[in-house]
Amino acid sequence: MSTTTSPPTPTESVEPPNGTKSLVRGTLPRWASWGVLGAAAVLAALIARLLGFGVAPFVLLTAVLYAVGISGWSRWIEGGRKATDRAFTAVVTSAFLLALTPLVSVVVTVISKGLDRFDGRFFTYSMRGVVGDGGGAYHAIMGTLITSGLATLMSVPIGLATAIYLVEYGHGRLARAITFFVDVMTGIPSIVAGLFAYALFALVFGPGTVNGFAGAVALSVLMIPIVVRSSEEMLKIVPDDLREAAFALGTPKWKVVLRVVLPTAVAGISTGVTLAIARVVGETAPLLIATGATGSTNLNPFSGQMATLSVFSYYEYASPGVPIDPSLDRAWTAALTLMLIVMVLNLVARSISLLFAPKAGR
Amino acid sequence: MAKRIDVKDLDIYYGSFRAVRSVSMTIQPRAVTALIGPSGCGKSTYLRALNRMHELIPSARVEGKVVMDDQDLYAPGMDPVDVRKHVGMVFQRPNPFPTMSIYDNVAAGLRLNNKRLRKSETDDVVEESLRGANLWEEVKDRLRKPGSGLSGGQQQRLCIARAIAVRPDVLLMDEPCSALDPISTHAVEDLMAQLKENYTIVIVTHNMQQAARVSNYTGFFNIAGTGQPGELVEIDETPTIFSTPTHTATEEYISGRFG
Repeated sequence: MSTTTSPPTPTESVEPPNGTKSLVRGTLPRWASWGVLGAAAVLAALIARLLGFGVAPFVLLTAVLYAVGISGWSRWIEGGRKATDRAFTAVVTSAFLLALTPLVSVVVTVISKGLDRFDGRFFTYSMRGVVGDGGGAYHAIMGTLITSGLATLMSVPIGLATAIYLVEYGHGRLARAITFFVDVMTGIPSIVAGLFAYALFALVFGPGTVNGFAGAVALSVLMIPIVVRSSEEMLKIVPDDLREAAFALGTPKWKVVLRVVLPTAVAGISTGVTLAIARVVGETAPLLIATGATGSTNLNPFSGQMATLSVFSYYEYASPGVPIDPSLDRAWTAALTLMLIVMVLNLVARSISLLFAPKAGR
Repeated sequence: MAKRIDVKDLDIYYGSFRAVRSVSMTIQPRAVTALIGPSGCGKSTYLRALNRMHELIPSARVEGKVVMDDQDLYAPGMDPVDVRKHVGMVFQRPNPFPTMSIYDNVAAGLRLNNKRLRKSETDDVVEESLRGANLWEEVKDRLRKPGSGLSGGQQQRLCIARAIAVRPDVLLMDEPCSALDPISTHAVEDLMAQLKENYTIVIVTHNMQQAARVSNYTGFFNIAGTGQPGELVEIDETPTIFSTPTHTATEEYISGRFG
């Protein structure tokens, strides 16, 4: 790319003497995009001021003016193909920014409102005997870690084994049925998973059995299909070459799966598992039903109700104390903590896939 | 080491489709047998039937006999896993295990076969196999590096080292040089000439010069038409096949008039 910005040369149909068409075309200067964007913004601001628009119509108008402006200019100078390219680039970028808006908005809101109570007390105190100011979410953080941890312990072996069956062993009707039900399970609303766990524990241990383990069962109902799906995809992309190479050495099948296929896919599988945890760690509805809520610390998942971050946040917001602000602050900080946990899990997933990925070092 | 294989009336099927019809041949020990023929004529299918890799494809099956050491490899009760320990295979594309180092790739066969060896014994087998595959000098300083960092030709020789580390009696090679450049091809061909001192080698190749260069016996496979099964037209000593073949189809294929 040259650093000199040559003035735009309009497309001239330079016909060389031998009759072939010139392949050289004009190019827009490098500042063209930003220039048009600036002009579009100024124009949109003027129109918005005249007609009394708000911010959203102004942004929309800027995008439209930019797309029209850049593609029109480009069509004049650079020709039809590049103009279409620029128009689509504008559309795609706008769509991306539009999709990003709610995400950024949520992150900014949660951080700004959650930082008020993001202190040591929040992470070391429970809500036992707290009315009004103070208190913390130690009990809820531990509850979230315990229920999600138990759910992971149950889901990963079941999900991974199912995926191995589907990819390495299953052909025919059973495999198709499993695939179908995994798809169905992916789509069930989380509250149904909660009701299932509640009903199961009511049938087995008597009505009203609500504890951390029931919540973990509900979460694993949601988690298993995700683990199956992601592991299945990862196992499928292990090249058949490697399986054949191992078989040709006289290796029994179970060992081929255990020593060749799984190590090759482990990076992707662990990433999938971590993302599945991230997906269920913020679930509220099933935990509300199956795990309940409490203000005190309960670290035993097999007896008594257990607080979790999402449910804690919900109750602090839905039924705050008498001075309303301390409760709302706690709700936001709980949301922030949950967001940080998910973020850490995502970072962990990335480092795992970097760590385990087959290396091509020399 | 180096065993003779007698194939009698071997039919190979994919489901109800017969891919290869009624092949009978004797594969001589301590020699290279090349299988040539047009694409789709069943050479590779036949090769994979010799160590029961064929049946890894669902619905694939075989009728007939493959006798090695007076034992039919397809006899009931014969474990395909054991068959493959005695009949090794090298594939078209080099396929070292990406999660393993060069050392572990060569030792993979031993470890996956549950042989408990002391470190020093494994070291010896790895060195011997890599020397046998003409790769030792090139990789001895980086045995702990991943095998995928090697060049294509080196990877293929690594795969050969991995295959001979389990001490098979027969080595099957399915177009081992078709993904390699001429220099690497030369290295692998030299290697075959050495290996045939100790092994029975069967190689499928599309390159007739290669067949003429490396093999002692050449078998020509042909196919009557699309949807027809492939057949063994003839097999004889390589010089005979390339100078005075019995069948006109062989002569036409070799002289490049069809296929």
